[in-house]
Amino acid sequence: MAVKPSERIMVPLPSHSIVPIEDMHKAPVLQTHQLGIDFGGLTAVNNLNLAIGPTEICGLIGPNGAGKTTVFNLLTNVYQPTRGTILLDGYDTKGKSCDQVSKMGIARTFQNIRLFGKMTVMDNVKIGMHNQLHTSLLSSVTHGFGYKQAEKKAYDKAKELLDFFGMADLRHHQAGSLPYGAQRRLEIVRALATNPKILLLDEPAAGMNPSETAELMENIRRIRDEFQIAVMLIEHDMNLVMGICEGICVLNYGEIIAKGTPDEIKANPKVIEAYLGKKADK
Amino acid sequence: MKKSQKKLRKSTVNNLINYAIVAAFYLVVTVMIQTGSATRHMKSMLVPICVAVILAVSLNLVIGFLGELSLGHAAFMSIGAYTGGLLSKFIANQFPQIPVAVRFPVSLLAGGILGAVFGALVCLVVLRLKGDYLAIVTLAFGEILRSIVINLEFTGGAAGLKGVPQDASFTYGIILVFITLFVIQNLVKSKHGRAIQALRDNTIAATSVGVNATRYKLIVFSLSAFFAGVAGVLYSHNYSILTAGTFDYNYSIEILVMVVLGGIGSIRGSVIAGALIVMLPEMLRSLQDYRMLIYAIVLIVMMIFTSNDTIKMYMAKYNPVNFVKNSMTAKKSQKEEN
Amino acid sequence: MSFLSNLISGLSLGSIYALIALGYTMVYGIAKMLNFAHGDVIMVGAFTVIVAVNSMGLPAVLGIVLSVLICVVMGVTIERIAYKPLRSSPPLSVLITAIGVSYFLQSLALIIFGSTQKSFPKVFNMEPVHLGELTIKGESIETLVVTTAIMIGLTLFINKTKMGKAMRAVSEDRAAAELMGISVNKTITVTFAIGSALASVAGLFFGATYGFIGPYTGSMPGIKAFVAAVFGGIGSIPGAMLGGILLGVIENLAKAYISTELSDAIVFGVLVLVLCLKPTGLLGKKINEKV
Repeated sequence: MAVKPSERIMVPLPSHSIVPIEDMHKAPVLQTHQLGIDFGGLTAVNNLNLAIGPTEICGLIGPNGAGKTTVFNLLTNVYQPTRGTILLDGYDTKGKSCDQVSKMGIARTFQNIRLFGKMTVMDNVKIGMHNQLHTSLLSSVTHGFGYKQAEKKAYDKAKELLDFFGMADLRHHQAGSLPYGAQRRLEIVRALATNPKILLLDEPAAGMNPSETAELMENIRRIRDEFQIAVMLIEHDMNLVMGICEGICVLNYGEIIAKGTPDEIKANPKVIEAYLGKKADK
Repeated sequence: MKKSQKKLRKSTVNNLINYAIVAAFYLVVTVMIQTGSATRHMKSMLVPICVAVILAVSLNLVIGFLGELSLGHAAFMSIGAYTGGLLSKFIANQFPQIPVAVRFPVSLLAGGILGAVFGALVCLVVLRLKGDYLAIVTLAFGEILRSIVINLEFTGGAAGLKGVPQDASFTYGIILVFITLFVIQNLVKSKHGRAIQALRDNTIAATSVGVNATRYKLIVFSLSAFFAGVAGVLYSHNYSILTAGTFDYNYSIEILVMVVLGGIGSIRGSVIAGALIVMLPEMLRSLQDYRMLIYAIVLIVMMIFTSNDTIKMYMAKYNPVNFVKNSMTAKKSQKEEN
Repeated sequence: MSFLSNLISGLSLGSIYALIALGYTMVYGIAKMLNFAHGDVIMVGAFTVIVAVNSMGLPAVLGIVLSVLICVVMGVTIERIAYKPLRSSPPLSVLITAIGVSYFLQSLALIIFGSTQKSFPKVFNMEPVHLGELTIKGESIETLVVTTAIMIGLTLFINKTKMGKAMRAVSEDRAAAELMGISVNKTITVTFAIGSALASVAGLFFGATYGFIGPYTGSMPGIKAFVAAVFGGIGSIPGAMLGGILLGVIENLAKAYISTELSDAIVFGVLVLVLCLKPTGLLGKKINEKV
C-alpha cells in the first residue's frame, strides 16, 4: 500500500469486524496492513491486519509471548515496523515519533505502570494534556500572556477527568504513593487526557481482584460511551475480555489466528489449541 | 477549587521567598557598604557569589529537573566569559564613546546566546545518550574546548586574555540573579516545566503522551548554558583577566557540589549553597587545604543520605519538622473525631 | 621517531589503557555503575610503590605486591562504604557519589603528598632493544608482555572458573542470579578487587613509563580508559582490550603527527564520534529498555 504521509485514506471497515453496529459503514479509526517486525532474525509480529471501528472495544488476546505488547509498541511507534502500514484515522504513521503519534490520536497505558512518580496526580493528568495547552515558551517564562488562563483551563479539565473516575480527591497526592489500583486508573486518566481517538490498554486488570475488575469493565464501557472513542485492550482475564469486547483478535507466534465476536472466538478450535495445546492423536 | 488556589498561592509564596532572600542579601550588603562596615575582602566576594548562584541554579535545571548530569557547565561558562570579554574589549577599544550601561548588557547577551548555541550543539550530539554516557560526553566536550582555547591566538592562549574592562558590579550581579530565578522558577511551573520533569520521571511514558523529548532536552540544555554563559560574562568582567585553565573539570565539579549541597531540584538550596561555597573557604581560612576534601565528603554523604531508602526513612522519622507536623495532624484528626 | 616506533609506544600506552578499561568495563557490567574513582586507584597504586621503594627501601617486587594489596583493599572498601548503600538508587546518585570518591582520593593524596610530582622508582631495569634502525624501550616490551599475560589470564578466569561464571550471570540478570544462589555481594566485591588490582598494575606501568606521579595523575588516564571502554563497547571484556589498545595508538599517532597539545582533544573527539555513530561501541551489544 503506497501512501504519502499527509494523505488521508479512508477505507470502509472490512465486513468481518463490523462490531458494534453503529460503526457499520464508518471508516476504521485504526487499520494495519500486513504489519510486521523482526528483531534480528526473529520475526516477532507478522502479517498483522487489523481494522478497529471508531467506537469499538476490541480485545487482543493470546498466550504469553505471542507478541501482544509488541503490537502495541508498533501501533504507538515505540518500535518502527519492518514492513507494513499503520493508518491512524486514515493517516499513515510511518516514520513518526512517539510524541507525534500521540498527537495524531493514539494513547496507551503500560503493562508495568509508568507514572511520573515524583509529581502529583494533578500534574500527571496535566502532562497528558500537554499538546492541548498552547502556552508559549515566552508566556511560561514570564507567567504572563495567557499563562493563567491556560493553567486554569488545564486544571478544570484535569479535575473533570479525575472526577469521572472518582479520583478528584487524590489530586494533590504524589502519584508514586498511590495504591496500585489507583495508579492503574491514573494511567488511564492520563492517557485520556491526551484526547485520543483510540485508547490502548495493556493488561488493565492485571493484579486486580474481581470487584476491582468489575469496576474496570464498567469504566471501560463508560469511556467508550462518554468519549466516543475506540478502546483496544490486551488482557488475560477472559471474563473481562468476553464481557466487554465486541471484537476479539487472537494472536499466536506473532500472527493473528482468529478474529471475531466473543462467541465465535470461544468456539474456535484454533484458539483452544493455542491456549491448551493440540489434542493427543487417538 | 479553593484548595487549588491555596496550593497555587503556596508555590507562589515559595518563589517569593527566594526573591526575598536575594533582596534581603542585597539590602544588608548595601547598608554595610554605605556605613563602611564592609571590608575590602567582603566586597571582593560579592560578584563571585552572584556568579556561583547563577551557575548553581542553571545547573540545577539540568540535574534536578531534566535528571541528567552535565559535567561541562564550566565549559559553557568559559564560552560566555571569552565571548563577553572579547566583545567588551573590542567595544571599549573601538567605540570608547559607548557607555558601560550599553556595553555590558550587550556583552552579557552575546555571551549568553553563544553559550546557549554551544549548549544546543552539545545537546544535539548527546541526544541519543543518557545517564553516565551523557555525563562523560559533556566532560569530554569541556576538555576539548579547553584545549582548543589554549591553542587559539585571539583568546590569549595559555597566558590568558588580559584587559577585559571591569564592568561587573554587585548590582548587575543581583539583577542577573533575579532574572535567572525568575526565568527558571517560572519555567519549571509551566506546561513546559512539567514536560521536562515528566521526561525525568519516565521518558517512555512522557513521549507516549506527546512530549517531544528532543525539543525539551534542547530547551533545557540551551537555557542552562545561556545562564552559564551569562555567569561567565559576569565573571570575566569582574577579574579582567581570563585563563582557560580556570574553567576545567574541577570547576564543573565545584558547581555540582553547590547543587548537591543545596539539594538536587531545590532552587532555594542552590541559591544558598552557591553563596556558601564562595563564602565558606574565605571564612574558614584554616580549612583552606581541606576544601576539596570537604567537597568530596559533601558529595558522598549527601548522596548516601538522600538516596538510601533505609537512611531516608530514619531521617523522616526523626526529622523535627515532620515530627511536629505529624503530631499536629494527629491532634487535628482527634478533634475531627470528637 | 619512525612510524613503527610510534606505533609500538602507542601499543604500550594502549595496553595500559586496556588494563584500566577492563576495570571500568567489569564494574559497569556487573554493578551497573560508572566507577569514576577507578582512575584514581592508579594514582594510589603508583604512590604506594613510591613510598614502599623510595621511602621504606623495600625491594621493587615487594613494593609491587604491597601496591596491589592496598589497591584491592581500597577498592573493596570504597564499594562497601560508598556504593553499596546506593545499589538500588537512581544512577544519577551513584554517579555523583563516584565523582565524590574520585575527588576524595585526589584531595587526600594532595594533602598527604603535596602538589609536586614525585619521581617514580626504577622498578624495571631492561635495556632498550635494537632491531636494525628501530629502538624499543624496555618498559614498552615489559608492559606489552605483562598486560598480554594478564588479559589472557582474565579471559580464562571469566570463561572457565565458577566465579567467572557467577560474574557473567550477575551481569546478565542480577535478580535471577541471586535466585540461583549466587551471592551478588560477593561477586561485586570480587569484581572491584580484580578491577583495583588491574588498576594498580596499570599504575605501576604508568609510573615506569612517565617517571612522575602526582595527585591528579590518575584522573586523565582514568577518563581516557573510560573512553576506551566505551569505544570497545562497555560491558565487553574483549571490547575493553581492543578499545584501550586502539585509543593508545590513536593518541600516540596524534601526538606525533598532529599536535601534542590537541592530542587530548582528539581522544575525546573519538569518544564523541563513537557515541554518535555507534553508541554501543565496537563490540558492545545493544540493550533495549523493555516497554
